[in-house]
Amino acid sequence: MELNDIIKPENKVYAEPKLLNRVHMHYCPGCSHGVVHKLVAQVIEEMGVAEKTVGVSPVGCAVFAYNYIDVDWEEAPHGRATALATAVKRLWPENLVFTYQGDGDFSAIGTCESIHACNRGENIVIIFINNAIYGMTGGQMAPTTLLGQKTATCPYGRRPDLNGYPLAITPLLAQLDGTCYVTRQSVHTPANVRKAKAALKKAFENSINCKGTSVVEIVSACNTGWKLTPEKANKWMEENMFAKYPLGDLKDLKDGIQR
Amino acid sequence: MNDKVTLMKGNEALAMAMIRYGAVCTSTSSPGFSLMQEGVSYLAASEVPALLINVQRGGPGLGTIHASQADYFQACKGGGHGDYHMIVLAPSSVQEMADMVALGFDLAFKYRCVSMILADGTIGQLMEKVVLPEQRPRRTDDEIRQQCPWAVNGRKGMRPSNVVTSLELDDDKMEENNWRFQACYREIEKNETRCELIDTEDCDYLITAFGTTARVAMKTMELARAEGIKVGMFRPITLWPFPEKQLREAAKNVKGILCVELNAGQMVEDVKLAVECKMPVEHYGRFGGNVPTPDELLNVLKEKLINK
Ligand SMILES: Cc1ncc(C[n+]2csc(CCOP(=O)(O)OP(=O)(O)O)c2C)c(N)n1
Ligand code: SF4
Ligand SMILES: [Mg+2]
Repeated sequence: MELNDIIKPENKVYAEPKLLNRVHMHYCPGCSHGVVHKLVAQVIEEMGVAEKTVGVSPVGCAVFAYNYIDVDWEEAPHGRATALATAVKRLWPENLVFTYQGDGDFSAIGTCESIHACNRGENIVIIFINNAIYGMTGGQMAPTTLLGQKTATCPYGRRPDLNGYPLAITPLLAQLDGTCYVTRQSVHTPANVRKAKAALKKAFENSINCKGTSVVEIVSACNTGWKLTPEKANKWMEENMFAKYPLGDLKDLKDGIQR
Repeated sequence: MNDKVTLMKGNEALAMAMIRYGAVCTSTSSPGFSLMQEGVSYLAASEVPALLINVQRGGPGLGTIHASQADYFQACKGGGHGDYHMIVLAPSSVQEMADMVALGFDLAFKYRCVSMILADGTIGQLMEKVVLPEQRPRRTDDEIRQQCPWAVNGRKGMRPSNVVTSLELDDDKMEENNWRFQACYREIEKNETRCELIDTEDCDYLITAFGTTARVAMKTMELARAEGIKVGMFRPITLWPFPEKQLREAAKNVKGILCVELNAGQMVEDVKLAVECKMPVEHYGRFGGNVPTPDELLNVLKEKLINK
């Protein structure tokens, strides 16, 4: 068999997503952000909705998401992404509108607008990258930081008496009448990557079909902030993060929220 | 009472709400300071002492994470609502920045006002020798009751109740409050202006600069003097109150003033007001995190003032 006999469209199992720009990413090797970017680009491309997609990028390591995924973007002030996405979606109801936010952005400085956007049932998708740390600014404690986890601002480990408890915001959002789909995924194994991709697709369809707010939390690795190798970071995530942030769907209203 | 409490808050606005209870120091960089403006206004109106630190980065918006001095207006002319002032201290070395922590607290408590350290991204990341001032113990419970009789910490001995508020719906009383704030600011202006004058006795030209640009301009002075151009330096240490009188005095006999800033021209307005535009006042600014070199400033001085 010749090489040309193998390279045929019907044999294709994987191709580089066309919406992923051919530039160097600034993400650390081993970081989950890059994988999620690829999935977002793939899903938008496969759904054929690039022409009517608007992303809202956060302040955090993903601040430059607009350099990597070739759709229209708005850059939000720190924490304000869901407010901005609300405006975009209300003005262009047929668009796919998503935010892409870290745990600091979404569940610390942005908690207020995060909760209210979900409670209003805005027809947007929130991609929530929970790596239990402020990656961008050098690894400070986030609301999501686990008890005992060491960060730059809790060098001896997070203590509940001093720093309170890890915030699992997704279950709170699942309780709100405005959310139609709330799920927790990860991208640390090929199987999980496939599941996360399916979740993103479902969420994106919800936005286009105006079914309510979809929240896709991705429990993620920040190997640099955690000061671990990429491999050890994935292991640490499995052993520690999943207990507090278990994977799976928290809510899935097939027909969308009640209006 | 807890001796020392360090807390990380969910955002800058929340941190300011805590500061309102005399928590009493918080630090941030420009976008965070914009979020704090509500709190600054409330602090000033409630006469609660506090120390705020803004290590400026380049805006507007997210801008850049590198040095800037573009928050001068926000700091000195009031970024929040209402008529208020903060004492604004501008360090140009690490040592000065360390010393200003104690100074800032002392001034804030002396006048029951807000003081701030307005540093910039370069000073903030500078590494140089520093002698840390001796640590002073926190006020004891009794000292607080004595020295801060306005503090809200329970009516021990059933003293009359203390209420910290900025709200006053009786117009005459609110006007009275404002007069009291203004009287305090006039007092601060009278007593607390600080500046550094270098080689101003014989100078033909004056450079005015603060923070990082002052450090650069000091080298420019040297270069100029080596060429026989007599350049002096006026470095305000308090940006508010602005050392007007000292500047007017230092500029008495100069042929021109060059104001160097990392912005589009902010302090230069106060410089012009101080010298009542009696001589040419030129501005040179860089943005985007860029800092001028000493040679660059020398060329600008020649171009704008000497070889005109
Ligand atoms: C108003 C404001 N406050 C603080 C900052 C500094 N800052 C930048 S990114 C960040 C935290 C980002 O953490 P997260 O959202 O978890 O994103 P990650 O980098 O971990 O993906 C902070 C506090 C800022 N840019 N603006
Ligand atoms: S610091 Fe953490 S979140 Fe940021 S790119 Fe590196 S690994 Fe990813
Ligand atoms: Mg994070």
